[in-house]
Amino acid sequence: MKVGVCIKSTPDADTRLKVAAGATGIETAGIKWVISDYEKGALEVGVSLKEKLGGECVLYSVGSGDTEKNLRDGLALGGDRAVMVDDAATKGTDALGIAKALAAAIKLDGLDIVLCGRQATDDENSQVPAMVAELLGWPHISFVGAFAIDGTDFVASRNMGGATEKVRGALPVVVTTEDTIATPRYVKLPEIMKAKSKKLEKKNLAALGLSAEAIAPAATFSAYSPPPSRPAGRKLAGDAAAQAKELVRLLREEAKVI
Amino acid sequence: MSSLFDRYFDDSHRTLRTEVARFVAAEIAPYADRWEEDASFDVGLYRKAGAAGVLGPTFPTALGGGGGDVFHGIVAAEELLKGGSTGTVAGLGSLEIALPPILALGDDAQKQRFVPPVLRGEQIAALAITEPGTGSDVAGVRTRAARDGDSYVITGSKTFITSGVRADLVITLARTSEDPHGGLTFFVVERGMPGFTVSKALKKTGWWASDTAELSFDGVRVPLANRIGPEGSGFIALMQNFENERLMLAIQGHALAERALELARAYANEREAFGRKISKFQVIRHKLADMATRTASAKALTYAVAAEMKRGGSVVAEVAMAKNHAAEVAEFVCREAVQVYGGMGYMREAPVERLARDARLLAIGGGTTEIMREIISKTMG
Ligand SMILES: Cc1cc2nc3c(=O)[nH]c(=O)nc-3n(C[C@H](O)[C@H](O)[C@H](O)COP(=O)(O)OP(=O)(O)OC[C@H]3O[C@@H](n4cnc5c(N)ncnc54)[C@H](O)[C@@H]3O)c2cc1C
Repeated sequence: MKVGVCIKSTPDADTRLKVAAGATGIETAGIKWVISDYEKGALEVGVSLKEKLGGECVLYSVGSGDTEKNLRDGLALGGDRAVMVDDAATKGTDALGIAKALAAAIKLDGLDIVLCGRQATDDENSQVPAMVAELLGWPHISFVGAFAIDGTDFVASRNMGGATEKVRGALPVVVTTEDTIATPRYVKLPEIMKAKSKKLEKKNLAALGLSAEAIAPAATFSAYSPPPSRPAGRKLAGDAAAQAKELVRLLREEAKVI
Repeated sequence: MSSLFDRYFDDSHRTLRTEVARFVAAEIAPYADRWEEDASFDVGLYRKAGAAGVLGPTFPTALGGGGGDVFHGIVAAEELLKGGSTGTVAGLGSLEIALPPILALGDDAQKQRFVPPVLRGEQIAALAITEPGTGSDVAGVRTRAARDGDSYVITGSKTFITSGVRADLVITLARTSEDPHGGLTFFVVERGMPGFTVSKALKKTGWWASDTAELSFDGVRVPLANRIGPEGSGFIALMQNFENERLMLAIQGHALAERALELARAYANEREAFGRKISKFQVIRHKLADMATRTASAKALTYAVAAEMKRGGSVVAEVAMAKNHAAEVAEFVCREAVQVYGGMGYMREAPVERLARDARLLAIGGGTTEIMREIISKTMG
């Protein structure tokens, strides 16, 4: 079984995002770039599948932030090798451009399964995996909470908000996972050390048969602005009874929540 | 992390830090308060920590350790201490002082027999040096091991032994001849050996979650296979062991100080007096500035010493300096944190109250401040 896992480096969940000077993007200085929990779940599934069924688990990422470190972390968790699309032209591209780069890299490797997180924790687009599937001509199963291989078929459970949908089909397939699909194992120091010498290939667009024009974005971001700051809270005065009365009035008449 | 200290760490340290932090958030932090109040942490934590690869980051991989350098050990210790229970870390950490004599002096069979089960968290190891009659003066050890055919018979007692109540393996320093230093030898005494008992579980000022024991050896017959190294090899191995133990205590010093500082800062930004946040008083702000300065100085000295250890240099005096300095800083910073908390700082529910109690150990354990000064001054001629 050849399993691919796509990883995006996203700002750590504790990051306080700030708009950069000039409003052209977010301030990246001081950000810790990590593998998001959605993708850690996908990674754990990919590595477990490979451990159970044999074969190979390959990691893919289009370079940005601490991509190389995060790919090494993925290798420490159990990936066999990694492919990093490393080309300056990917910097300003959009979801389709990223998907083209990933699909081209995946095609060269001939995989059976591609696992992705259900969304990136930064832009939360949920677009790239579906586009990768389309470019590969494979089915795409989204929001998967459980995934298994049964002979030459895959069996996926989709979380439908209260109900579960079971999907069975033939490989190959692109799957996007919930963070709850698996608890990632603790990565131990010897694995971290071993990952340093695992194969991490950097490929530019030419190596993938692509060009800067081929991944030129259809739309570009014109400006970034922070959300409006929250208005100051209101302090109620008077004794407890008066405050309670006023609070109920405000909740009912102004906030209209009761 | 402040960029001042980044130079000591590479990506492997950073990844380990993230993983240990994840383990601590799931398995220690939620229970820290309860374990400290109960004066005992869940014994199942050893296995969980073993399975997560948290135990023995610097031990050889062939024996189940992490195979890392001294800074991997530092990263793991710092993150574990962020869980909020110093006692738990002391308990998990007793293997860090108990196993090195086996690594230094033991034969392959002994290493394979004793080390991996402890690093897997299946067995608990303790180091027993201190006795009711002697602590600082190791040459004063009176627990005796008398050779009798293929075994030794051990008689005596040990006290203040971390993890001693629950230990499966007690690495015990005993006297095999009258030579004050050259007559000391390590033995592995195993739980259940006839004559070996825990005479008392001791109540302490701090480190509550760790068990601390007085142990009694009443004619305990120990097979030759449990003697670590040749007769008389114990003292030198112990001195080498002290370097690592003192470094770990120095790390505990700045780690406790950092936590106290963080807590005090947060409290000062919340608590109001005379109509404003107490962090608006210059006195409080300067107090926090002093706490931060001293904490950084302890960390800087300890990291510098650790870097020299990593390089293979001898740091007997330097590590003693680092331990003394970190102990002083931890006591100062934790005390000031209590002060920032005011009356609340004197309450058991305040985390800084516990830190202040925990910090007191650092000037005593692993060799007292006075003994450290002796070591430092001897190198000064
Ligand atoms: C919580 C805790 C955990 C511990 N865990 C362990 C453990 O796991 N294993 C273990 O073997 N031990 C352990 N110890 C014991 C610890 O190592 C000793 O308490 C310490 O080394 C001091 O020895 P002592 O208590 O006998 O003090 P003493 O040696 O009696 O010292 C008393 C005082 O005299 C001073 N003094 C002694 N000699 C000199 C000198 N030459 N010059 C100047 N002043 C001197 C000391 O500095 C101290 O102030 C632990 C102790 C504590 C508190």
